[in-house]
Amino acid sequence: MSKDKLGPAKTGTSHWWHQRLTAIALIPLILFLVGLLPNMAGATHREFTALMQIPITPVVLILLVAAGLYHMKLGLQVVIEDYVHNACVKMALVVSLTLFTFFLAAAGIVSIIMLAA
Amino acid sequence: MAETPNRPLSPHLQIYKPQITTVLSITHRATGIVLSLGVVLLVAWLMAAAAGPQYYEAAQACAGSWLGYLFLFGFSLCLFYHLLNGIRHLFWDAGHGFELETVTRTGWAVLVGTVLLTVIAWVLGLTVMGRI
Repeated sequence: MSKDKLGPAKTGTSHWWHQRLTAIALIPLILFLVGLLPNMAGATHREFTALMQIPITPVVLILLVAAGLYHMKLGLQVVIEDYVHNACVKMALVVSLTLFTFFLAAAGIVSIIMLAA
Repeated sequence: MAETPNRPLSPHLQIYKPQITTVLSITHRATGIVLSLGVVLLVAWLMAAAAGPQYYEAAQACAGSWLGYLFLFGFSLCLFYHLLNGIRHLFWDAGHGFELETVTRTGWAVLVGTVLLTVIAWVLGLTVMGRI
């Protein structure tokens, strides 16, 4: 890491900590999603949008998308940093990952809000 | 790494016999990568639902195909594994469960729990859909 200047720059602890924070948050969020399964399996569009009119559903889904995507971004970044040793490729992948994560978050949250509206 | 080319290296991974600790460890990472792919599809599914009934029906048809079921089954297996093994990791982070015997026992518990939760979720889902 000494040569490519792409080290954690003193943010290594917060990366580790945010990974754990989102992990803890995701336990109840995933259980809520599993609990929704009886209502969502094979639901028609009308049934699904009706489910989204109950405020707790879109609220929890937005939290799930946000915490899940942040957890995903932190995890995949570690995978990239562990296996990609070329500094340029590594940087390009981490930048792409970060931007793609923001795209997914915006797409997911806007879709949930549209379904709830 | 270029500064110390002749530094002695530890034996490579292939030398070691696979153990429950090492196999579960790499499986955690592998399931995390599969879940990332699943999240992309989940967001695509949400976008289809928001786009309107005809797009939602198309997405449901994909999910309901045999390939869709295969992927959903794999996704649920990875999800429950990553969830249970993640809880195991959180206990380690808190400083608990490092004894070799405990590590082995919780490892097997994660595997059994994964199968149980996956089966329960699918029986529940398919029953609701009237498939079984």
